[in-house]
Parts: sequence; structure tokens; C-alpha cells
Amino acid sequence: MGMKFCGPKYSLCCGLTSAWGIIQLILMGVFFKIRSPALIEDLHIPEEAHHNQTTYLEAMNDSYDLIGTNCFIAAALYAGTLVVCSWQFWLNLKS
Amino acid sequence: MTSIFRSEEMALCQLFLSSETAYNCVSELGEIGLVQFRDLNPDVNAFQKKFVHEIRRCEEMERKLRYLETEAEKDDIEIVDQGDNPEAPQPREMIDFEATFEKLENELREVNTNAETLKKNFLELTELKYVLEASQVFFAERDTEPSSNLSQNLLPAEEGPTQGPVQLGFVAGVIERSRMAMFERMLWRVCRGNAFVRRQDIPTPLPDPLTGQDLNKIVFLIFFQGEQLKVKVKKICEGCRSTLYPCPETAAERKEMIDGVKNRLEDLNTVLSQTNDHRHRVLVAAAKHLRVWFIKVRKIKGIYFTLNKFNFDVTNKCLIAEAWIPEIDLTRIKMALCKGAERSGSTMEPILNRMDTRTQPPTFHRRNRFTSGFQNLIDAYAICTYREINPGLFTTTTFPFLFAIMFGDCGHGIIMALFALYLVVKEKAIIAAKSKAEIFNMLFAGRYIILLMGLFSIYTGFIYNDVFSKSFNIFGSRFHVGNISRTAVLQDHKTQFMLNPADPTDYEATPYPMGMDPIWQLSLNKITFQNSFKMKISVIVGIIHMTFGIVLSFLNYRHFKKTIDIVFQFIPQIIFLMGLFGYLCFLVVYKWFNYSGLNDSPFLGHLKKIIATVKILTCTPNQYNVQVTLILICLIMVPILLLPKPLILKKQHEKRMKLRSRESHAYEQDIGEPEEEEEKFEFSEVFIHQAIHTIEFVLGCISHTASYLRLWALSLAHAQLSEVLWMMIFRIVKYGNRVYNGVSNLRRLVLLNYSNFSGYGRFVSILTHSSITLISFIRWSSAQNSCMVKGTLLSPSVLSILLMLKMSKYIRTDFTSTSDDKTVHILSRYHYPDIKKMILDIIYIPNQII
Repeated sequence: MGMKFCGPKYSLCCGLTSAWGIIQLILMGVFFKIRSPALIEDLHIPEEAHHNQTTYLEAMNDSYDLIGTNCFIAAALYAGTLVVCSWQFWLNLKS
Repeated sequence: MTSIFRSEEMALCQLFLSSETAYNCVSELGEIGLVQFRDLNPDVNAFQKKFVHEIRRCEEMERKLRYLETEAEKDDIEIVDQGDNPEAPQPREMIDFEATFEKLENELREVNTNAETLKKNFLELTELKYVLEASQVFFAERDTEPSSNLSQNLLPAEEGPTQGPVQLGFVAGVIERSRMAMFERMLWRVCRGNAFVRRQDIPTPLPDPLTGQDLNKIVFLIFFQGEQLKVKVKKICEGCRSTLYPCPETAAERKEMIDGVKNRLEDLNTVLSQTNDHRHRVLVAAAKHLRVWFIKVRKIKGIYFTLNKFNFDVTNKCLIAEAWIPEIDLTRIKMALCKGAERSGSTMEPILNRMDTRTQPPTFHRRNRFTSGFQNLIDAYAICTYREINPGLFTTTTFPFLFAIMFGDCGHGIIMALFALYLVVKEKAIIAAKSKAEIFNMLFAGRYIILLMGLFSIYTGFIYNDVFSKSFNIFGSRFHVGNISRTAVLQDHKTQFMLNPADPTDYEATPYPMGMDPIWQLSLNKITFQNSFKMKISVIVGIIHMTFGIVLSFLNYRHFKKTIDIVFQFIPQIIFLMGLFGYLCFLVVYKWFNYSGLNDSPFLGHLKKIIATVKILTCTPNQYNVQVTLILICLIMVPILLLPKPLILKKQHEKRMKLRSRESHAYEQDIGEPEEEEEKFEFSEVFIHQAIHTIEFVLGCISHTASYLRLWALSLAHAQLSEVLWMMIFRIVKYGNRVYNGVSNLRRLVLLNYSNFSGYGRFVSILTHSSITLISFIRWSSAQNSCMVKGTLLSPSVLSILLMLKMSKYIRTDFTSTSDDKTVHILSRYHYPDIKKMILDIIYIPNQII
């Protein structure tokens, strides 16, 4: 058992946002991992790497992988938020 | 099976019903709901109508039911709504209903008054008990301190009202705490200090019988000497609205009284609880049937309202009604009438007689759940005339599709469609819940419209190749970085380069099969290209839509057999529209098909030239002649729209008048006045009407075509907004020069990732996170009182606020990436393996960071 610190509407709203966040971030993570060119403007490639072709490609691949991992981590965080919100929502329903 | 292509054919019928069968027949017809009765007594006062007494009785019953409803709601009894639809009861059952409701109402009122009296008695007895207890205490004190100076001066020896020189009387009572000070002061002044007051608080607040609120009260005892003071004191007590209670002087009597009062209180409690139980039981029993009763009474009232519209015939035995009935349903109505007559057990069969009439019948579209939303949209503009083509049918597709052209995003379309799908699947549950939220009800009423809008948006999003402002590459982009571009970028180090569609290495000759090429999302001149494309598409869609409207008008003219309108309205309108705007669309499409990147030059900006003047620069030699001919033809169409129709109508009217006057001359002896109505024909009115129509059409062509450009404008706005959303909110934060891997740095990643927005987005996110933490902490801690818990929760909210304040220093000036790098560098300067230490340092060593 536990205390409720969220009302019913707040927990429902945050729950839905978290669900959307999980789906969107997982999809984004997948798209970054498979190196989709549509997301090329979101990469971070430092200035030094721009001058050499191989370093540029390496930096680009690294950036893709990194941001992909970040997305998955954020999705996991949102999964945590979803669990908390669902727990609060369930507590609110019961009372 | 009926269609909503046109409104249904209606028949005006006369119904002859005998007085006994009338009620039941109307009840049956009401259940079917397909008959519209005409009011045959429009000028009769409401109070002189035939069934006014029955309606009054119904309203009385409704009043009683409403009273029961409010009483039940006061007790928090749920009034169940099973959703069943009972039939209207027979007229003789109405008396039973009335009796039941009357009995229930009287019982409830009795119970309520009893409860009130009981509560008042209860209050009095409670106060008396407190008074007795307090006086017990006072007198006991007096008795135990016979040697105190105060009491000796004032009070005589024990139990001796006739002994001693001084006789003290006293009164006891109860007053509200808020009045006590004023009361005492008044007593002091009036009695010139010769009265002595002792008081004691009543510990529990007692409910006030009038307002029901709890009040704090005080028991007081006033001691005085002599009769006159007694009178004064009593008057003051009455004036200050205190209640006096008789208090016996001897201890034994007091004790007896207290015991008596306690017993009576217990009895009262039991009686009170039993009364409440009884009331509750009565209400629960009534609440079960309340909804059904409401529906039945309303149906009875409706039947009598309808019966009021009928006429009594001469012999006063029959009721005559006139009603509009859809022709298809005539047999069904006849069967319902027979059924009604059977139920009332009368021998006379109801007669349904069809009448011929010249008045225009009402428009009736049969609707279902799906079409009613769209039909409501159309009816908001105007109701169609009888048997006209119903635009509601076509709206089911054109409205969501035009919306989708403006919306044009797969991702948003999916969300919209999912939301509407939820509403549609849970239809029955949501209708039964009967929510009162107005906006939600509006959304719910349009759920099929929203569903279609979402589905069509998914399609147009696929065509525009836009999913949350990113594009799909399903078929392989047709643009590549060819030889020339490659050298320009790699060797000349150009930062921007335009791919040439004429170059086969840059662009494959065939276009992307379906939709926009995905490369456009990444290009800098995306908007320029898409603007021209979307504008042309909007105008083409607009011209198609308007032509469709004119063709529908042709179908209407053909149905109503108005040849003049076909020849002198439809044909000039179509030629005008097609000649000018259809030719424009033709040129656009011709250019799209026949010219590519290789031979594009002569046509650049050709549309502007066409719109500006027709005569300048054309591309093919005959185009000039064609364009001039079209303009002349369209110019001629305008007077054809304007002039012939009024003149022909005038001629037709004159012919009709001549015919009628010839007939009436022949029958002058027999007929006093012509039976048909006088047809009014004002030539000037008809001519002005036609002129207005012509001008409206010509100007409308241009303005409506231009207004279709909103399809382009809104789709541009939507695309740009979703791009801004992506850039500002979803763009992943860039950080540091190091690539972080390994779990040891995971925690640092976590802190920076959870706020994985850039610049302004991060500011907003931290603000929201900290405020949410703070608010939830406050709400939670108001229920708790533990300091330790407060401390552990306080730190995250405080630190996030601090973080926000710190970051805001960097973000305030600039929302671009330079500020991100600065922030990030500073945070990464401190190589903390552990977040807590970093956070503590931020709190305790603020100056270093600034």
C-alpha cells in the first residue's frame, strides 16, 4: 500500500503521456540505431571531425548509436513513470 | 430501403380516430416516431385547450417526482437508470399513479417534519442536560466552600430560601458563544452590577435547528436579588436570544431531573434513528422506480399535448388529425393505428385518408449514428428544400477529406484516429454514462467525423510524406549525390549545393512513385517547392469541388423539370467556370505532364502571366488565339445568365394569367372568385433577383477559388508547426566531446538524458519537473507530518529549482546550440562519478558555477 500523491486526472494524464513517450522514444531509438537519414539533422558531430572523411563517418556513426541509446534510456525512464502513474491511478480508483 | 440522396416523399394524411382509441393510437404512433402532426388549433389559448386538465395533473405528478428526486439525492441514494423504455400507461392508470405519488409525498413530508421536531427536542434536552450539569458544578462548589468571603457575602446559608436577610434567585440558560460578551455587558449595565453571572462552555458544538450548522454555546447562570431584577434579567435574556431552562434549586431534584433527561435523550435517539431508517427505506423503494415513472409521466404529457392539436368533428365523437407521414411508412403507420385501436378495445377502425395539397411538405432525412453528425453540420447552414439533393450525403467524404488535405500528417492522423476509435468502440457505455461536460459531448457527437478525419489524414500524410515532420523512404529516394555535387562538396567544400534534376547522376529520370520524395524534408528549399505544388493542388481541388456543386444543381433542375434553369443557368455557369478556371487547371496539369527538368524554362512563372494578362508571352503559337476565344465566350455568358430568364418568366406568367382570365370569364356566373391563389409576379423583383444571382456567381467563382488556397495555407502551417515541435522539444541534447560508455557514467547520462531537450525545451522541462515535484510534495506532506520524510522529499524539489535557476542564466540570452555547449562544458568540468556529490556541490558551491 502507499499514499496517493496524485489525483485521478493528473495520474491519468501523466500515464497517457508516459505511454506515448515510451512508444515514441522506442521507435526513435530504433530509427537512430538503423541509421535513418531522415534524422541526420539531429546528430552531434564536433567541429574537428568535419575535415576528414573517415573521422566524419566515425563521428556520425558514434552519434547515431549514442542518441539511440539515449532514447532507449529515456523510454525506460518513462516506463518507470508509467508504473508510478498506473499505481497512483489504481489507488485513486480503489478509494 | 431509403437513401439520403434526396429528402423523402411525404404525404399529408387525415386521421379519424374515435375518442376511446385516440389515446392508444397516439401512444403507438409516438413509439414509432415517424409522424409530424399539424396543429389544427393554433389560435386557441393554452388554457382553453381540450386536455388542459390532464396536462395539469401530469405536471403535478412531475412536481412530486422531482421532490422525491431531491430528497433521494440528499440522502445520497443512487437513482438507478436501467435504460428501459416503458410504454405510456393507460389513462385510467394515471389515477393510480397520482395516488401512489401523493402517498409517497405525504409520507416523506410527514417524516421530515417529525424528524425536525425530534431534532429540536433533542437539542433542547441536550442543552438542558448541560445546564443541569453546570449548575450542579456551581452549587457543589458553593457547598464545599462555605468559608469563602465571596459566597458569604452573596449567598445565604444552605437550603434556606426564607431564612437570612438575603434571598437570591437565579435563572439558567444557554446562549451562543458569540453573543456572550455582549450579553454580560448588557446585564452589568442594566442591573447596575447587581447580577452575578457564572458561565461554562459546552464542550461539543451543537447543531442550530435553522441553519443546520454547528454552533458553540455557553451555559450561564445569573444570580440576582428581588423580583424586579428577575423581570429585567428575563427580558434581557429574551432580547439576546438565549434560551432559559428551569433549574431546580435542590441537589436531589437536580439529580432526578438529570436522570430523567438522560433517559429521554436515549429514547429520542432511538426514535430519531428509527425515523431516519424509515425515511431511508421509503426513499430507496421509491428510487428504484423513479426513472421509469419520470418516463411514463412524460409520455402521458406528450400524448395529451398531441391530442390538443386535434380537432373535434361536428358530432363530437371523433377526433380528426392532420399529419405528415413519409410515403414509405404508410403501411407501418396503418398497422400501428390498428394495434392501438385493438388495445383500447373499440370497434371503430381508425381511418387514414391521404389528402392532396399544394403546400410544400417538410424535409425529412432518415439518419443513423454515422450520418447524423454530417447531417447536423449541413443543417446548420440551411435545411434543404423538399426533394432537393441532400449535400449531407457527400459531406461524409468531402468534409473529412478537405480537412485531411489541411492536416496532412501521418503521426497526428494516427493519434486522432485512435482517439475517435476509442469513442466509437465505447459508444454505448459513454451514452449510458450521460456526462454533463459540454465540450466532451460535442466531441462525442462528432466521433464519426473525427474518425474519418483521422483516417483520411493518415492517407494525406502518406502523400505529403510527413510523420511528425520526418519522412518515410519506402521506395527509395530518386535524388542522389551525383558526380558534380560530390566534387563540389568534397573538394570545393561548399556547405550548400543544389542537386540538378537534369543531371542523371543527381536525379533518376522517373519520379518517386507515390507521394513526395523523402529528400525534401532535409532540403533547405522545401517550402518554396511545396508552396507552389500545394497551391496548385488546392486550386485544382477547389475547381473540381465547385464544378461538382454546379452539376448537382443541374440534377436538381432536371428533377424539378425546370428547363429554363438548365438552359439559361446551368449551361452559362458551367461554360464560365470551365472556360476560365478549368482552362487554368488544364494548363497546370499539362505543364506537369509534359515538361520536366530538362525542358522546363519557357514555362517558369507561366501561371502568373496567365492570371495577370492573357495576351503576353505564350508558349505555343495557338495558345494566344485559344485564350482570347475563351475570354470572349465567358464574357458573353454573363448577359446570358442575366437577361433571358426574367423575360421568359414574365412571358410565362402573362400566358398563365390570360388562360385563367379566359376560364373565369366562361364561369363567371357560377364562381364568385377564382379558387386558386393569386400569383404575384413583379418583374422588377425577378430581374433584381436574377442580377444578384449573376453577380454572386461571377464574383463567387473568383473568391471561392481563392479561398480554397486555405488548403495550402493550413497544411503549410501544420507542417511548420510540427517541424518546430521537433526542433525545439524533441531534438536530442548535444553534450561534450567525450563519448560516454560504461555503467559508471550511466548516472550522469541519466541526469542529462531525463532532460533530453535542448535550450528552451530544457528550461521548460526542468521548470515543470520541479514545480510538479514541489506541488506533489506539498499535497502529500499536508497529509503527513513526518519531518524525516519531508526532508528526503524536499531535496529533489529544491535542487531541481536550483538547477533551473542555474541553467536559466545560460538560457536567458540565447536559445540556440551555443548556450547548450556552454552549459554542458561546465557540467562536464566536474568529473563526478556520483550524482549526489555533484548536486551537493552545486548547492554548496554556487559561485564557482556562476
